[in-house]
Amino acid sequence: MSSEYQTTETLDVKGQSCPMPIVKTKQSIDDLEAGDVLEVVATDSGSMSDIQGWADGTDGVELLEQVEEDDLYTHYVKKTE
Amino acid sequence: MSTDNPTTAVDDADSDVDAAELQALRERVEELEESMAAVDTGDDQKKMTIVATQGSFDMAYPPLILASTAAAFGWEVVVFHTFWGLDILHEEKSKDLKLSAVGNPNMPVPNAVAALPGMDKMATKMMQKKIDDNGTATIEELIDLSLESGVDLQACQMTIELMDYDEDDFYDGVTTGVGAATALQHMAESDIQLLV
Repeated sequence: MSSEYQTTETLDVKGQSCPMPIVKTKQSIDDLEAGDVLEVVATDSGSMSDIQGWADGTDGVELLEQVEEDDLYTHYVKKTE
Repeated sequence: MSTDNPTTAVDDADSDVDAAELQALRERVEELEESMAAVDTGDDQKKMTIVATQGSFDMAYPPLILASTAAAFGWEVVVFHTFWGLDILHEEKSKDLKLSAVGNPNMPVPNAVAALPGMDKMATKMMQKKIDDNGTATIEELIDLSLESGVDLQACQMTIELMDYDEDDFYDGVTTGVGAATALQHMAESDIQLLV
């Protein structure tokens, strides 16, 4: 999965629930450069909808893909600007 | 031919005036462009104001969760804490917020039992354990996160005095010295206003 993108950094928010996956994703994205891709690994099923909503409502980020596998929710977020 | 010279002279005079006018116009256009850019940002930038009035353990969560999430969206967020909501920002009291066992029909015990001494403490412990097990952030973590991400956590000055609190009792970064007028001003400027 991750081989499809050049993942710059991985954020592990396993075991954390709302709002931490979003808040930490935002913090990690802030530290990256335009063009970088952040991989977010979560166990919170709500992160599927939340990360999508956050990416839609936030300038400068693009949600590339969301993968659900073995109770793990992995999100690929690109910083576009 | 004879009219050429005067015409040229008039043109020169005109172009002198034009240069100054042109400069003034350029400056005006730049000014307008800047203010338009500011207006554009204003449209994109959402603002939310929450008024937090409750200080029980369960009611401390919703305003802080919404505030920290809104900050992650890049919104400007103000949370105005008043009455019992002030305890959320009180460094000592925020670590010891209680859940009421009475008056909540979802509690596993009837009100008559819930009213017994020690039941609030027990209910709080149960909730605390659930929160730990679920990986839900603590109140303190959410306050730190909110402040870090630029949320303006405000403590109502009137309530500070009413409760005999000191301005130093609150977390570093909490805004004090504000009242209802400040809260209303933020609400008026906000896209979203919530009373919790």
